[in-house]
Amino acid sequence: MDDRNRTGNPGTPSRQYLDFEKPIFDLEAKIAELKQVASVQNISVDEEVQRLNEKAKKLRHEIYSKLTAWQQVQLARHPMRPYTLDYIKEMSSEFVELHGDRAFADDPAVVGGFLMVDDKRVMVIGHQKGRNTKENLYRNFGMPHPEGYRKALRLMKLAEKFRIPVVTLIDTPGAYPGIGAEERGQFEAIARNLREMSRLMVPILSIVIGEGGSGGALALGVGDRILMLEHAIYSVISPEGCAAILWKDQEKVKDAAEALKLTSKHLQDLGIIDRVISEPGGGAHRDPKAMAAELRRIIYEELNYLAHLDPETLIERRRKKYQAIGFYKEDSP
Amino acid sequence: MSWFKRTKQSLRKTPKKTVPDGLWRKCDYCSEILYAKELEKKLWTCSKCGYHFLISTEQYIDIICDSGSFQEMHRGLRSGDPLGFKDLKRYGDRLKEYSKKTGKEEAVVTGFAKIGGRDVVLAVLDFSFMGGSMGSVVGEKVSRVIEDATEHRRPLIIVSRSGGARMQESIFSLMQMAKTSAMLAKMSDERVPYISILTNPTTGGVTASFASLGDVIIAEPKALIGFAGPRVIQQTIRQDLPEGFQRSEFLLEHGMIDMVVPRGNLRRTLEQLLEFLAAGLASTAAEAMKDEEQSPAVS
Repeated sequence: MDDRNRTGNPGTPSRQYLDFEKPIFDLEAKIAELKQVASVQNISVDEEVQRLNEKAKKLRHEIYSKLTAWQQVQLARHPMRPYTLDYIKEMSSEFVELHGDRAFADDPAVVGGFLMVDDKRVMVIGHQKGRNTKENLYRNFGMPHPEGYRKALRLMKLAEKFRIPVVTLIDTPGAYPGIGAEERGQFEAIARNLREMSRLMVPILSIVIGEGGSGGALALGVGDRILMLEHAIYSVISPEGCAAILWKDQEKVKDAAEALKLTSKHLQDLGIIDRVISEPGGGAHRDPKAMAAELRRIIYEELNYLAHLDPETLIERRRKKYQAIGFYKEDSP
Repeated sequence: MSWFKRTKQSLRKTPKKTVPDGLWRKCDYCSEILYAKELEKKLWTCSKCGYHFLISTEQYIDIICDSGSFQEMHRGLRSGDPLGFKDLKRYGDRLKEYSKKTGKEEAVVTGFAKIGGRDVVLAVLDFSFMGGSMGSVVGEKVSRVIEDATEHRRPLIIVSRSGGARMQESIFSLMQMAKTSAMLAKMSDERVPYISILTNPTTGGVTASFASLGDVIIAEPKALIGFAGPRVIQQTIRQDLPEGFQRSEFLLEHGMIDMVVPRGNLRRTLEQLLEFLAAGLASTAAEAMKDEEQSPAVS
């Protein structure tokens, strides 16, 4: 939280930026100010504005082309970053949200329902974070209880029954570690999803849009294809958790973030992520509309491709995909 | 915060009072001092509170399998350090240290065995090797025994004790959860039985994958079993945890496992279960289906 700063006047929606975003925000503020002064005093500043815009573009490129792993983590958790429902709203006006696990409760940390993507019927399921304190309490910061995973599986089975492909949007710090969650079988809910997703008879497209936090992320992530937004992250443990356990020092989050190889680029190089989706300059939060449009285009394209596979082939391919993941040495017998 | 700092002297270290090696052992749960020979006779369980001590893989195999029937398979797999991971130590060095200290190649031993004269496929996680954590090798070996069980149509038994997915292989460890679960889906489709035995402690990515997917799930008494570790939960909710939280008996009460079985009864219980689960195994799933179709329909 130390790295986050607030700007904006009281009464206007506050904009939040990260430390390393500050030079860009400062420059943009300067441009805006200049424009305002010009309009009041009726003088032309076009040339100067253009020069500053060029400079801002260069600066953005400079900063974003060499982000550290920890900066990527901060971007993936950016308070302005679009969440599942933001994408859903931008992608289509046809969304029918479905609720409940039919056993215990409806978990607001997972949302799902029917979504029309152009002319395609899709079952979309994703983690949902909150934008402010009130929303976050309601959404439990995007950390599901077992009911969330059971709702997700119920919706996947529903999609399977009616031959509708599944798209999952992953964005969670992790499954919630609490008493109720343990009592109601957090591990069972996750394990069951892993097994059932591996044999679901319809295409599954999994996209990490923000934070891919360990088993709580994977429980929505056993797809035929695993995609990732450019500034999203995905790892077995949070850098904070890893630093506390392995470095025995919570300050070592930057080292832990590097070591975990959690960025989209690393994970694509390691062969885990099938495709990285580029974000608008400065990250998805700088232009959510453009990001959603690109996401919709790619979902459409990927589902078109997966639609050609018959269910048996699909499941066989999916199992083999996961069976092949592993990095080890074997002595020749 | 300097007024909290101890400026003059650091805490004095008094030599730790330990029980001499070999002769006596202290119960981790109730602190009772136990005579080692007696403990061994009781299969390393506390005679006062029934707590089950963590035992070696070999001891476990002896307890549940027919004497001398275990035949190890899939040796020679070692971690490749996919991320070039380094914290305070290099992962590669840690692996070497554990290998030297434990004499094990990795955190799981797999093979064929017999229980009550019946052929089974067995995997036993080894807590002494990096806390029984699952990286690529554990995931691969567990997947291979699932394949063995499926192919040879023999019941699968996995004994778990593990801290979860191994941090040093990050995404690869995480994906082993999906991998082992996907392999179990196929085995389950082929109607090959799987008995999962949970022992102290089993947490994290291992409970959240193959360990909780057994057709029957057995736990040893008082074993710590859960998704998140108790410390993490305590730090998150900032409350004391209820007595017996995440212990086997708690899981039984909440419907997460089938039974709590003391070590001494484990082999007998396995024999009983296999009698029911393994009866139809001789034929393939396809044949079994055909048999069902051919038998007169009951209306």
